[in-house]
Amino acid sequence: MTTAILARAIRKRYGELDALRGVDLEMPQGEVFALLGPNGAGKTTFVEILEGFRARTSGDAEVLGVDPAHPTATWRARVGVVLQSAGFFEALTPLEIVSHFASFYPAPLDPVSVVQMVGLSDKANERCRNLSGGQKRRVDLALGIVGDPELIFLDEPTTGLDPQGRRQIWDVVQNFTELGKTVLLTTHYLDEAEQLANRVGVIIRGELVEVGTPREIGGRQQALATVTFSRTGSLADKPLPEGLAAEISDDVVSITTAEPTKVVGGLARWAEALGEPEIPELSVTRPSLEDIYLQMVAASEAEGATP
Amino acid sequence: MTAAAPGMEFRPNTPGRFARMAVQRTRIELLTFFRTPELVFFTFLLPVLFVIIFSTIFSGELEGPPGAEKVEFAQYFIPGMIATGIVSAAFASLAMTVAVEQHQGLLRRLSGTPLPRSAYFAGKIGLALATSAMEVVIILALGVVVFGVKLPSEPMRWFAFVGVFFLGVATCCLLAIAYTRLIRTSQSAPAIVQPPYLVLQFISGVFLQYSDIPSGLKVVASIFPLKWMVQGYRYVFLPDWVAQDDYGGGWQIERVYLVLAIWFVVSFFGARYFFRWNRGQAD
Repeated sequence: MTTAILARAIRKRYGELDALRGVDLEMPQGEVFALLGPNGAGKTTFVEILEGFRARTSGDAEVLGVDPAHPTATWRARVGVVLQSAGFFEALTPLEIVSHFASFYPAPLDPVSVVQMVGLSDKANERCRNLSGGQKRRVDLALGIVGDPELIFLDEPTTGLDPQGRRQIWDVVQNFTELGKTVLLTTHYLDEAEQLANRVGVIIRGELVEVGTPREIGGRQQALATVTFSRTGSLADKPLPEGLAAEISDDVVSITTAEPTKVVGGLARWAEALGEPEIPELSVTRPSLEDIYLQMVAASEAEGATP
Repeated sequence: MTAAAPGMEFRPNTPGRFARMAVQRTRIELLTFFRTPELVFFTFLLPVLFVIIFSTIFSGELEGPPGAEKVEFAQYFIPGMIATGIVSAAFASLAMTVAVEQHQGLLRRLSGTPLPRSAYFAGKIGLALATSAMEVVIILALGVVVFGVKLPSEPMRWFAFVGVFFLGVATCCLLAIAYTRLIRTSQSAPAIVQPPYLVLQFISGVFLQYSDIPSGLKVVASIFPLKWMVQGYRYVFLPDWVAQDDYGGGWQIERVYLVLAIWFVVSFFGARYFFRWNRGQAD
């Protein structure tokens, strides 16, 4: 596996402000990496340095073997960019713009199929000024992929899209990654990161505080599970089995435990004995990526507040 | 990885590729221009109004030396209208649209692709050549049909017509691209573009007889291309005695070419040096 992106101690200062405080990232070819982080954490700055749009203050970077501070046309032809926001060619149609951009590349994809891929076939010949925000976002994606790049940067690709639109964009990205392409995306949507990415990194206040697979990030795998059920029907007001550390509010009982299987087994026997073979609303959950992420952000902010 | 193969063979700097990109850019610029009605309207309305107003207010003629043919005011002002029409289309409206494209991030998008900036410039020049040509045709048609303006008969004068046109348009475009470096927000674009252009119109003799302009201002005007474009077009349309009155001797058409050629070269390097794909965001 060759390395697609190699970043070492990337720093960016704006006057007195440290936007990035030494970020390291190594991505092998074919990986999909999602950068998460609150607004203003430095996600876009970091990505734009790798895209060759911004100069870094210090550190080393190589993207497809080239220093992005010195982009060449040959390198640009291998890298696709979907910016977080950019002006629009209001007077042109999606098909016209995509065809126009295709003409810049040595081996572009077919513009008609690209417009179809992003789900804009029925708007292909509509002026862009008449498109909705979500439809424009699809044009953005089409422009990013029409050159058939080896590596794609996606800066918040599905912001402003409805759920159906988001799935469609995910499909396009997944089609690309199945071809062995590399993707670096930023997102606010945790489900998007979970759906698309092999690895997730969390940037907070200019630092990459955590990197891991969506399943293990933030010690998620080791985190305690929560068993909940509703103490209603014939279970109502019955005392719980011995030795359970339960929290009860109204009818809902929740038990936080490292051994959810054992707890559920105990509950099943207890309910059965009370003549209730089916425990109402029984569920076992682990913290979602979102919970873990929010904990990280909160922890980091508390730390930042008391230096 | 098979995807790397075509990228490796890609030669981005061949003349053939540049020509293709330049044609593509010109096509898309023209498409955008003609689909923006307000742009079309104001680009062509202004010179038309000028021709009508000037030819109506200043009806009359310039008396030459005894025996020489007289020159109608309409005939006298048409060359200035043509020159200023070119500057309006190729400099003023171009500088403003490039500034807007920069500040809206449109150019940022282009800069993320393998499009060379020279091809972007070429597209702008292509657009300006087309709009300026249409402007010139409108001005001339109006002048000839309504105000009896006479067209030149000598081939050398037609040659100057075309030569000053191409040099003037290309210079104005490149100058406009370089000039956008001074425009810090897209709202301020008209305020930064219009005043110097307006002042130059007056001191270059677009609205006045050049002989009426104070000599200090003439020195200033002589530095900039507009004066030389007006002079070139006066050579095209006016009898030689006017040059005696206006420019203190001959038309100096060789000097017109020379000054415009120098400006072209300076603007070319200026555009390359000062142009930025992206403005407005900190970087």
